Amino acid sequence: MGVGIEVRGLNAWYGKNLALKSIDMTVLANHVTAVIGPSGCGKSTFVRCLNRMHETIPEARAEGLVKVGEMEVYGDGQDPVEIRRRIGMVFQKPNPFPTMSIYDNVAAGLRLNGFRNRKQLDELVERSLKLAALWDEVKDALHKQSGASLSGGQQQRLCIARSLAVEPEVLLMDEPASALDPISTSKIEELIFQLKQHYTVVIVTHNMQQAARVAEFTAFFLMGSLIEYDKTEKIFTTPADKRTEDYITGRFG
Amino acid sequence: MTRSRFQQGLDDLKEKLLRMGGLAEQAIDRATEAYRTRDAKFCQMVFTSENDINEAEREIDELALDLLAMQQPMAVDLRFILAVVKINADLERVGDQAVNIAQRVLDLISEPEVQLPVDIPRMAASVTSMVQRALESFLDGKAEIAEAVLQMDGIVDRMKDEAFVVLVQKMISDPHTTRAALNVLLIARNLERIADHATNIAEDVIFWVRGADVRHGGAHYRA
Repeated sequence: MGVGIEVRGLNAWYGKNLALKSIDMTVLANHVTAVIGPSGCGKSTFVRCLNRMHETIPEARAEGLVKVGEMEVYGDGQDPVEIRRRIGMVFQKPNPFPTMSIYDNVAAGLRLNGFRNRKQLDELVERSLKLAALWDEVKDALHKQSGASLSGGQQQRLCIARSLAVEPEVLLMDEPASALDPISTSKIEELIFQLKQHYTVVIVTHNMQQAARVAEFTAFFLMGSLIEYDKTEKIFTTPADKRTEDYITGRFG
Repeated sequence: MTRSRFQQGLDDLKEKLLRMGGLAEQAIDRATEAYRTRDAKFCQMVFTSENDINEAEREIDELALDLLAMQQPMAVDLRFILAVVKINADLERVGDQAVNIAQRVLDLISEPEVQLPVDIPRMAASVTSMVQRALESFLDGKAEIAEAVLQMDGIVDRMKDEAFVVLVQKMISDPHTTRAALNVLLIARNLERIADHATNIAEDVIFWVRGADVRHGGAHYRA
């Protein structure tokens, strides 16, 4: 099951540049939450802070309270690797391991976590591919085909399967469909909708229609601040803040 | 990036709807004039203008549909287009009611004039004023004006109720006026329906401007 996320007073920097300004936000478990805003508003930085990916960039740092379920992400002695297992991430561009088979791509994370039992691996790979709605398309080619041989949309679902294999509680998605055609996009969106039964999903998207289609809650970021956060239908029909309205109606700049 | 093409489309939509509003207002005026002067030429003008109103309705719906499909409007723009589509339907119905009035007038003037204790021109003036103010609130996006329109609906309702009472009495006391009285009763009802459409238009303006649903006597804001 997914868990909720509690963010309090989160600041993030790139060197001396403050990229996130004291963010307070509560993400509900087993819901899809979209994060929207113009380029450079801090939306990707925000999700990358949730699983401590932000600090992997040189001179980048973050501080504040991020609680995922009962786990304090920035607590003393937390292991970033374990955090990233529990909070999976899918990126804009599908990034399967190109030389590995479909099976090995999905099993990679499990093997890193010490899984060796073949039967158990088989089960988890199948379950993950089914959850990612890819199983039917690849089940006969698991070992024969490489991850890179799949179409873009299939590769993205393969990456989702790889994230799901290690049984995370939260799935972060950073523009997961922006490099895909409309049919693959709608498959990913359909998938996101199904995944919320088992996971908490936070999706960064430039595509407002996508946010409107998949997310129950939407957060609007601008210049490192969280401007408005509400039910998606409220944000897209009657936003409370003028800046939100200007952005979603395209009246910026 | 500002969306000048989209803004142009919204401006066009507004202009077309206001022009249609003008046609609808004119139709009420002509129907009332036909009643006042017992001159069939005004009825004919109402019938002719109905085609223009119907044509305008189609054009507005088409443009609204195009904007929805091509621009995926959000928030205030989405509410605006939705309001336009609904106001469009109301204005078309206003045109239909004007036609109904003109038909009643034709029947009235086919018989000798009968004095009836009902002031239809006064009622028509109130109704026209509601339509005008509703359109004015739409022109300027002024919810306060729209609210004033909502207040006026009760007055017109009372006028219609009074007309009903006195006309029924007249039919009973003076049966040979029944045909005329019935026609006038129907005209009062047509005018009252126009007032209802003006009320709908005002409610749609409030929805567009404030994002609040004030239909059916309440103010419902999204939670």
